[in-house]
Amino acid sequence: MSGDPIYTEMIIEYSRNPSNYGKLEDAHIHRHDSNPLCGDSIDLYLNIDGDKISDIKFDGKGCAICMACSSVLTEMIKGKTLDEVKKFTKDELLSELGLEHLIKTSPVRIKCALLSLKTLKFGIYSYFVDKLKDSESAGNLNEEAANLY
Amino acid sequence: MQATTSSFKDLRNDFPVLNRRVRDNKKLVYLDNAATTQKPNQVIDAISDYYKNHNSNIHRAVHALAEESTEAFEETRDKVAKFLNVEDSQEIIFVRGTTEGINLVAYAWGRDNIKEGDIIVTTEYEHHSNIVPWQLLTQEKKAKLKYIDIDDNGELMLEQLDDYLSTGKVKLVTFSHMSNVLGTISPVKEIVSKCRSVGVKVLIDGAQSVPHMKIDLTDLNSDFYVFSAHKMLGPTGVGVLWAKKEILEKMSPFLGGGDMIREVHKYETTWNDLPYKFEAGTPNIADVIGFAKAIEYLEKIGMNNIRNHELELTKYALDEMKKVPGITLYGTKEPEKRGGVVSFNFNDVHPHDVGTIIDKEGVAIRSGHHCAQVLMEKLNVAATNRASFYIYNTKEEIDVLISSLQHVAKVFKL
Repeated sequence: MSGDPIYTEMIIEYSRNPSNYGKLEDAHIHRHDSNPLCGDSIDLYLNIDGDKISDIKFDGKGCAICMACSSVLTEMIKGKTLDEVKKFTKDELLSELGLEHLIKTSPVRIKCALLSLKTLKFGIYSYFVDKLKDSESAGNLNEEAANLY
Repeated sequence: MQATTSSFKDLRNDFPVLNRRVRDNKKLVYLDNAATTQKPNQVIDAISDYYKNHNSNIHRAVHALAEESTEAFEETRDKVAKFLNVEDSQEIIFVRGTTEGINLVAYAWGRDNIKEGDIIVTTEYEHHSNIVPWQLLTQEKKAKLKYIDIDDNGELMLEQLDDYLSTGKVKLVTFSHMSNVLGTISPVKEIVSKCRSVGVKVLIDGAQSVPHMKIDLTDLNSDFYVFSAHKMLGPTGVGVLWAKKEILEKMSPFLGGGDMIREVHKYETTWNDLPYKFEAGTPNIADVIGFAKAIEYLEKIGMNNIRNHELELTKYALDEMKKVPGITLYGTKEPEKRGGVVSFNFNDVHPHDVGTIIDKEGVAIRSGHHCAQVLMEKLNVAATNRASFYIYNTKEEIDVLISSLQHVAKVFKL
């Protein structure tokens, strides 16, 4: 089973030791989401300083793919500006873990891979609506999040 | 048919899909029978024959095809009645499946009989289909939904039922005959007799029991019993609601439309006789007719032989799985108290990862919450793996399942 296209060393390692795992008390953004069909379930917490993501954590229950992608996403997003997060694509996340092929090969498991990104986009969406009153950015984000998979 | 291991193996020839190779040319090992079973040629051919030679709507036209189709459809009803030892086949209502059957009762019986403050009792090991319709009903009626908890063995804590019944407010107790996750077989007779003694109605979800054991509805003496054809070799889209005639007669209709009426005037309608009062619209004729062949097939093997075969497989699976380090098994340790369903977790590997990795070995099991999130919460897990057996499964297939777990261990460096 060496050279498994999904369960690479990196995925297994991240699933065992997820990064940025935990809660942020009184986070500026807190968003929960789950995949109703497979049961992956995560909470994402973000703090915003100016226009930057100053801190980000996640916790929840999920498979190795979900845990690894959530970990990598938080690593990639930390320190980015809201504008950069808005433009951040699923391809960027998937390629970081070598999982681009899931889009074609596994319509089931792609949901595990993208749950955290969907949660992030929805979280930022509500932040744009509630705090920044920026409905144009919010609208695009909402649409993107809803159509992620 | 003799109930020997080899004769059960011979059955495999009747199921074309079992010869399939999947993924990297691996032999299919189908262990997801609690979700749906495979179909034998006898069922597939009957459906095909119906469309090729008889297809017609039923119950009205007088032409030859309509007559043949109506007869085959109604013969299935009689066959179902006999299969379950129901004397009056008017008590057999065809629905789309267990889910629709339960919703029918919740809507047509529940809306007339559940009032504010009433209690409906269900259990922690129900499928969502036996929880959500009752949530909808109790919310609408300001009634209460209560749960019988399960103990560490995965068995119902029946003393809680006594407490609920003693309030005098319980109107319905609804539970699955066999848990789709733990395999626990509910103490049906005990529950029914407790409810009978205080005049409380009983609904039993038989989706996991009717396919696997002899069910005698006269003997069980519940008020409602519901199950699906597709979990017992039959087609999808067919299920059965059985209920006592005096209850069905008093019940309001579920869906309004064709076939369920006697006379329709501009502002009022009278209902058709049972069972048609509850079968509005053109039913799933072809699949109901196919279902008859599934019942014939099971009867030929014998339900007690099927139960014994599955018991043997379950014992074997439990024994073998116990030997694998890192496996957590859920449910009672006594095979006689459970059906052919084994839920487990493997070390801390998430069931979706287990499922994906062993799928590459051709092994089909279910990983997830099995539409039983209330139970997952109770077990404090996000999901489990579930292997479930049927007539065509073999001990060799269980060996493949277990050896495929070695791959999981290797991938996860356990």
